[in-house]
Amino acid sequence: MITKMTHVSLPVIDLDRAHDFYVNKLGFKVITDVPMPGGDRWLTVGPPEQPGFEIILSPISRLSKESGEALKGLIEKGTFGVGLFTSNDIFATYEELKAKGVEFTKAPKKEFYGTEAIFKDDSGNWFSLLLTN
Amino acid sequence: MNEQYPKVYFYRRLVQAKLFIDTHYAEDIDVGNIADEAYFSKFHFIREFRQTYGKTPHQYLIFVRVEKAKDLLKTGMPVSDVCYGVGFASLSSFSGLFKRIVHLTPSNYLLRHQNRMAEIVESPLKFVPGCFAAKNGWTDK
Repeated sequence: MITKMTHVSLPVIDLDRAHDFYVNKLGFKVITDVPMPGGDRWLTVGPPEQPGFEIILSPISRLSKESGEALKGLIEKGTFGVGLFTSNDIFATYEELKAKGVEFTKAPKKEFYGTEAIFKDDSGNWFSLLLTN
Repeated sequence: MNEQYPKVYFYRRLVQAKLFIDTHYAEDIDVGNIADEAYFSKFHFIREFRQTYGKTPHQYLIFVRVEKAKDLLKTGMPVSDVCYGVGFASLSSFSGLFKRIVHLTPSNYLLRHQNRMAEIVESPLKFVPGCFAAKNGWTDK
């Protein structure tokens, strides 16, 4: 049986901008940052308290021009809800990320499944920040 | 967007205090400064900060200084410059706290980082899962 997920690939529009967002705004750690042939770069990040899990920041420039443009349009208009994060305190996390310029589309709100806020990354991918009941 | 969740002003003050530590860690600050910054009484502040972040403000300040020290060591800055650059007043307390938290001395941490960087230069593909390397056309040849 599958025992755990170690890597997930997240399409981003601009790799340097995504690096700044995930490290300097969300507070994630760079796990691997390796220069690759052709000026590319293998960059993975992860939440500081979740060792063993890497988010691969995958720039759309790795796709064909046609696919990259199509995906860019979809990401920018907020098509993809790509994940769910938890934190020790959703209200403190919300205030901190907001102070750092993270764009929220939903402030913390009590729902039947827990207290949830929703934010977007610098590309337009959106995430739920959830405190379950 | 409705922001009327409970204790909104309390959380804003608490976060203001945390961000004060994040930006002023290299200065000679203490819990009193930090509590003042967020308009808390000292003991109320310590209790609430710990409940939210799992560390007292002082423990969090040390944690931030050590994290920043790790970043500076990676740039090749001498250990003593790193020590004073992140706000520690003595090299022995810096080294002791660093070792307690990171489980390596600052010098050994730097050495380990240098070895990893040399390995990245020598064999970059060792750090990329093979399936992703192949998909992107990254090969040793």
